[in-house]
Amino acid sequence: MNGPFSIFKWEAVFKDFSIFLEGFLTTLEVSILGLILALILGVIFGVLSTGKIKVFKIISRIYVEVIQNTPLVIQVFFLFNGLPYLKIVLPVFLIGVLGVGVYHGAYISEVVRTGITSIAKGQFEAAKSQGFSHIQTMRYIILPQTVKIIIPPLANQLVNLIKNTSILSMIAGGDLMYTADSWSSANMYYGPAYVVTGILYFLLCYPLAIFSRKLELKEKNKVSINTEDSIQGQVIATEGGL
Amino acid sequence: MSTVFNQANIMFLLEGMKLTLTIALISIALSMFFGTILAILRNFSKGILGRFATIYIEIFRNTPLLLWILSIRFLVPIRPMYSGILSFTLFTSAIMAEIFRGGMNSVSKGQYEAAYSQGFSKFQTLRYIILPQSFRRCIPTFLSQAVTVIKDTSFLWAVGIEEFTGKGMILMGSFATSFQIFLLFGALAGMYFIINFTISCGVRTIKTEY
Repeated sequence: MNGPFSIFKWEAVFKDFSIFLEGFLTTLEVSILGLILALILGVIFGVLSTGKIKVFKIISRIYVEVIQNTPLVIQVFFLFNGLPYLKIVLPVFLIGVLGVGVYHGAYISEVVRTGITSIAKGQFEAAKSQGFSHIQTMRYIILPQTVKIIIPPLANQLVNLIKNTSILSMIAGGDLMYTADSWSSANMYYGPAYVVTGILYFLLCYPLAIFSRKLELKEKNKVSINTEDSIQGQVIATEGGL
Repeated sequence: MSTVFNQANIMFLLEGMKLTLTIALISIALSMFFGTILAILRNFSKGILGRFATIYIEIFRNTPLLLWILSIRFLVPIRPMYSGILSFTLFTSAIMAEIFRGGMNSVSKGQYEAAYSQGFSKFQTLRYIILPQSFRRCIPTFLSQAVTVIKDTSFLWAVGIEEFTGKGMILMGSFATSFQIFLLFGALAGMYFIINFTISCGVRTIKTEY
């Protein structure tokens, strides 16, 4: 029997499982570093876009719009194929981190912005009347509350970020998807290789998805969110796709 | 500049854009249809169909699109364009289902009770009361998802489907100076930006109207 899922092909996958594991670890590393970068960019630009300084507002708007409305593939190809013409050659690992970090930073920035603006204006005024500076208000009053609201959509973004690290396979980045692809293109055992890869991604993403949903339900039960907000939440959760 | 944007090259790129939009639009339409069915099954069927919908949605939402693009291209023997449409439809249906479910869940429980009390059957309640409202509420999110699909069709270049990004990359192979390369990158990104930004602005307008 020689179908796409024959037994001997499965055996081959499990014999070489350490190769897959290596790819899995690369995916994990890129995801973690990418997340850190995305969080830093997201918080900075998210806070700036709600601030008073017009220039910063415009800059963060441009960042969000440009990144959200152009494909990740083009952005990563630019880092990989374009930058060398400026004599900047980055290692693929770094391109992966930069690529998903900057891309999801834009989405997280929107999540943070929506979180901040959803907190009642009265709180800003109350803090101001108590003599808090803008930074102090953000640091002690607004951001701690924002964190609670935005954790579910953030977890969702993390799932999308992990899935998007598969972009590395398009530039030979050594991640899980690339490993599966190159391993199976050598021996044509696509079937089992993709199933195993899918399971590994699923193991990484599903717990996060569950976590995000649990928190969302908890928040929903605590405060009665009107429909407008829940649609808004849905938008934040699903935007960024993939 | 004229070496980059001569008539032949522009036609070459536009051909790619045509394929990008064809694949994206067909996939979006199909996945809205299947997504609605999956959402209804997941919310209202307690039996095997409901369980199937849940498992389907969770699997596709927690694995990368690229995995499906590659698997379908290599394991299903159909023409490249159809394999692109198939992988996007499979993947996006799960996302559309969750968006639509969010919309359905935001319709208050009282409306079901009111409909039942007026003698509506379960099917009638869905068809005439719940779905129209859910659908209307989901339109902005559907459109944001359309932006994502248009962007993500560029992943299809991974299996050699010559959509807009693919055509751009092929064209790039014939250029050597950094000026030409950056010009082409600018054109590619700019084209995606114009299309997607227009839709994004539309989403924003609709949202404030609601």
